[in-house]
Amino acid sequence: MSRAVRVVFLKELLENIRDRRVIFSAFFFGVLLAPVVFGLTTTFASRRAAQNQDEPLELSVSGAASAPNLIAFLEENGARITRVDYTADEAMSAVRSGEQELVLVIGEEYGRRLALGASAPVDLVHDSADTRTAGATDRARRLLEAYAHQLAALRLMARGVSPEVIAPVAVRMLDVATPAARSVLLLGMLTYFCLMSMLVGGFYLAIDTTAGERERGSLEPLLTLPVRRGELIGGKVLATSAFMTVSLLLTLSAFAVVLSLVPLERLGMSANFGVGVILAIFAVMIPFVPLGAGLMTVVASFTRSNREAQSWLSVVMLLPMAPILFAVMTGTKPTPTLMMIPSLSQHLLATSLLRGDEIPALHVAISVASTLALGALFVGLAVRLYRREAILG
Amino acid sequence: MIKVEGLKKRFGAVQALDGVTFEARDGRITGLLGHNGAGKSTTLRILGTVLRADAGMAIVDGHDCTTEPLEVRRTLGVLPHAGGLYGHLTGRENIRYYGQLRGLKGAGLERAIDELIGRLGLADVADRPAKGYSHGERLKVALARTLVHRPRTIMLDEPTNGLDVSAVRMLRELIRELRASGRCVLFSSHVMQEVAALCDDIVIIARGKVVVRGTPEHILKATGAPDLEEAFVRASEEGEAA
Repeated sequence: MSRAVRVVFLKELLENIRDRRVIFSAFFFGVLLAPVVFGLTTTFASRRAAQNQDEPLELSVSGAASAPNLIAFLEENGARITRVDYTADEAMSAVRSGEQELVLVIGEEYGRRLALGASAPVDLVHDSADTRTAGATDRARRLLEAYAHQLAALRLMARGVSPEVIAPVAVRMLDVATPAARSVLLLGMLTYFCLMSMLVGGFYLAIDTTAGERERGSLEPLLTLPVRRGELIGGKVLATSAFMTVSLLLTLSAFAVVLSLVPLERLGMSANFGVGVILAIFAVMIPFVPLGAGLMTVVASFTRSNREAQSWLSVVMLLPMAPILFAVMTGTKPTPTLMMIPSLSQHLLATSLLRGDEIPALHVAISVASTLALGALFVGLAVRLYRREAILG
Repeated sequence: MIKVEGLKKRFGAVQALDGVTFEARDGRITGLLGHNGAGKSTTLRILGTVLRADAGMAIVDGHDCTTEPLEVRRTLGVLPHAGGLYGHLTGRENIRYYGQLRGLKGAGLERAIDELIGRLGLADVADRPAKGYSHGERLKVALARTLVHRPRTIMLDEPTNGLDVSAVRMLRELIRELRASGRCVLFSSHVMQEVAALCDDIVIIARGKVVVRGTPEHILKATGAPDLEEAFVRASEEGEAA
């Protein structure tokens, strides 16, 4: 490193460490905001999951008197029955208005048709737009089906037919998701937060490199010093990178702390998040630093003021998030081609690490090489832009 | 020593400089005088190698601004009109930063900084963050930063703008001291009195052209004006008309 690059680098560090506003905004997101949001989301999710299993199924039943056996079956299987008196239409309007969440209407025909061995009608009135009751609806439906199946089996046996006749295909569900894999969707948020915290960490320094220096009036005297502009940019990009790195480290450490407090096991998940995994995630994420620093510096150099730079960069910061969002929604699997896309490749590698999957060395090599190459491109572009006369604004 | 010949510079549709020629010699104070937008700052920026001229030649201490910009920057000390200190650094750190970027280091650099702090009367504030400085204190630190490497040639862009009387006085004294030690001082201003009080040579510039240049006596004679104030007005008008 040339002397000038070092001098610029150290000065930028000193200046920005003293700026409380920079320190706060750079490290607040990663250290506090992201882990807290994450912790709250997971805790909330795990509470809900736990509730759904343990709590009785609240079910309002109209016409319970005509189906004592069905009611007994439901109560045996964890339903708490509230007796109401509705017609099907009344039940629908009660659910629609939110007065009731779920109503089982047993029609007057029920007892007669059951005795005849015909299909006995019941109505389960629910609101599929209300996601809170989706679990309860599902449970109620499954209980009713189980009861129907039980009756069918009894009727067949009474006629001397094996109940297997009505189950020509016996479906067994075998869930192969490891606890770690199940947590991936939630932990996928982690890579998003890591990339975000890196960008936020370098945000103010990247702006200061051009727009900030210009607004302060310090750019022109700086350019009259016997230092190559590439060296000035070099020192500044290094300082930006240092802040981004610290921000990433803090975020990962904060996550480690939060994940040790969140009851992931209750969600049927385990966090594969030891020190080794943290360091490995850090290692696959770090090539993104020069790319982020270069990108933000380039964008900031087009702007005329601090304020303009800030609004532009807020938009640009969403850019690396797009591929991640896409991957989370489509459940993309890592391939060598996808490893050529920066930010997506970091996401896929980090997710694999969290799952405990094996990672091909080729994937890591492609990810690191493509991300660093694009980073070098952006830093080079930043230097070129710094050489323009228009940089003075 | 500064030598400028036929300097031209165009920004889009505006011909900012249209053949500027003048000289600023060592051991003399040269004033670049003109209305706002006449081309003073553009000339100084080309000499400071921040901008490139479209045509013409600019030479500072024997180095060409276009072909040897690093050499020019090494010999030159520039005070742009926006001081531009780093608010979170102290005055001393601001000066040190420029010293280090100019390749100075160690005890030699610290001695140079101490000397300037003493000479400019900054001892009381030098170790406080620059964001709390008064206008005069900011200018002094910016000046110290400009002079830390003992440049042979010094350019000041409208240095007295917004200064109080005592600060202006201090600045004049310092500029005279620099002259006495044989440096070449070029400073720009749009205030005639400023230039008349200080300069050995005056260059009057209007619409990117040098209208008249020389010693104050020469300028009075050339324009036929009774005083320098009138000479400036006449010369500028002549430039505008042309």
